[in-house]
Amino acid sequence: MRLDSTNFLNQADSALADARRTLARDKLGVHSPSKRSAAVNDFGDFESLRQHVHAVRQHSLDNLDHYLAHFEEEALANGNSVHFARDGEEMNNIVLDICRNTNARKIAKGKSMVSEETALNEHLQSAGLEVIETDLGEYIIQLAGEKPSHITGPALHKPEDEIRELFLDRHALGERELDTPSELVSEARAVLREHFLSADVGIIGSNALVAENGYSMLVTNEGNGDLCANLPKVLVICTTIERILPTARDAMAVLRLLARSTTGQSISCYSSFYSGPAREEDIDGPLETHIVLLDNRRSEVLASDYQEILQCIRCGACLNHCPVYISAGGHAYGSVYPGPMGSVLTPLLTSLEEASILPDACTSCGRCEEVCPANIGLPDLLRDLRHEENKAKVSAPRWRLGIRWHAWLTRQPRLYHFFTNLVVSLLNRLGRKNGYLSRLPFARGWTTERELPVPQKSTFMQQYKTMTARNND
Amino acid sequence: MPVAKQVVAAFESADYVVVPSGSCAGMISHHYPKLLKGEWQQRAIALAAKTFELTTFLAEIAAPLPAAKQLDRSITYHDSCAGLRELGIKQQPRQLLEQIRQADIRELEKPEVCCGFGGTFCAKMPAISAKMASDKLTDATTTGADIVTGGDLGCLLSLAGKARRDGLPLEFRHIAELLAGDLDTPAIGEPE
Repeated sequence: MRLDSTNFLNQADSALADARRTLARDKLGVHSPSKRSAAVNDFGDFESLRQHVHAVRQHSLDNLDHYLAHFEEEALANGNSVHFARDGEEMNNIVLDICRNTNARKIAKGKSMVSEETALNEHLQSAGLEVIETDLGEYIIQLAGEKPSHITGPALHKPEDEIRELFLDRHALGERELDTPSELVSEARAVLREHFLSADVGIIGSNALVAENGYSMLVTNEGNGDLCANLPKVLVICTTIERILPTARDAMAVLRLLARSTTGQSISCYSSFYSGPAREEDIDGPLETHIVLLDNRRSEVLASDYQEILQCIRCGACLNHCPVYISAGGHAYGSVYPGPMGSVLTPLLTSLEEASILPDACTSCGRCEEVCPANIGLPDLLRDLRHEENKAKVSAPRWRLGIRWHAWLTRQPRLYHFFTNLVVSLLNRLGRKNGYLSRLPFARGWTTERELPVPQKSTFMQQYKTMTARNND
Repeated sequence: MPVAKQVVAAFESADYVVVPSGSCAGMISHHYPKLLKGEWQQRAIALAAKTFELTTFLAEIAAPLPAAKQLDRSITYHDSCAGLRELGIKQQPRQLLEQIRQADIRELEKPEVCCGFGGTFCAKMPAISAKMASDKLTDATTTGADIVTGGDLGCLLSLAGKARRDGLPLEFRHIAELLAGDLDTPAIGEPE
């Protein structure tokens, strides 16, 4: 999986330096939570549904082997081909083989984070295939040669005028100027329509796999997924093993949480279930359908203490509510999966060493956990990852040393009191004039951005002792 | 873990443990019972049940309180994340502040958003932390309040430090100072 998180801080700095995009992210951080909360309040007992889905997802994970086998059986019976891919490379090769076997030249693709994870587009393109992203956001960033900045809104970072310039530059527009957002959308729709009709293979992702009937569920707001699935003669569904749910009723429960958590809609515009190739009586649909189930270390995560993250339904609510994501922007993370869910998942799918900074990108404010429709304890998982980094000596030595030293000191009560009294009186003496210090060795992390307020002359314990002594006299 | 055990052993004989910072109270009552195992877990659960953040203790256990002081100032309350989300503290401090005669309590527009302190986070990612602190200070300034108060010293230290750096005329005080009517001591980050 593509990963460039070692530059997180620099990338965040550049994101913060861009005032216009920072303002746009700030707006996302206000509007998105308010839409979600309106939808959740309208729903009524959202909490019960959330608990229910958490239990269902847990049950599915506990019995993943059983449900995967059941799904495969049902999907095969529906006429699908089912492929299992151990890693990204294997998935990419399976998909490329399918394309080659049908002599495909053009691929129409629905939005799929799994394909981002495996860099499927690059793989197919390097084999000479033309890949067209058909989700509007994905289409925009594909034209711009960029990466998604959000798991549900890949082009959220692009301002309208940049999109206009992009279309003016890359589309044959003649005299048209595309003044309004709706003209931009119509333009993309017209161009994409031609691609849907001329594509040889459609590739889409999946929001849920239903074990009891072998169906795959997909949710979109643009209907592009359905056109990818129904117009080309071959359909490939690329997804991961943990999308499995036992029953269609369970998929419905996830559906009720999903759009409310993502956009605050009660339901997305299109919710489709794909069963398999067109039957004789069907008037349209693909002639050949493949389902590729990717593992890519998820079975390792399943066996780990971080299993809970596999409950994620990819709604993006944790991103929209995370103050760090809103401040730094999705690209800063350098991962396919940014924000809280990404900071948990990325180190698990790559390595603790490569992604070591991501679990630090958290103030433990707990807002992500509060809104997570799958009720995942994201802050605790991030804390556990930080703990593991300390144990594995991946984190910076000075922080490790600091923590160990502090833990030791707090266990020596006399020394601790002596030391805190000393520091309090020292800081007070140094900064008493202004009430704060602007610079202090060992506290640069603090003083680069803010003053360090200094304590009053005596500690609480000292004042308390003086006071009780006075009262006893 | 040894630190947690030490805290449990040191405080478990008390009838009540009152903590003047939401994040510290959250550590004891929310995290210790999950961290410790076996017999220590039972002791941690027992300690958690009698541990209270200051405003919760004052509003729910120590009530009714002696007549509140008079304070002719406008005040905004910053909810610390640990207090708000780990301990569900929201009404208690507001209820207490409203008892201060003549105090003008003003709500932040986005009270549920983190101020960017986050313990070591603020030193590990200073630029992001500062951005979040600035946003919170803008929100506080917009309310027109002249005192920012709260129940968590980490947040208050960080916000006061940022406000001093940026030259903002806000005063930062722990809610205990306001409830005690004690404005004679210097505010956080102010000279003596």
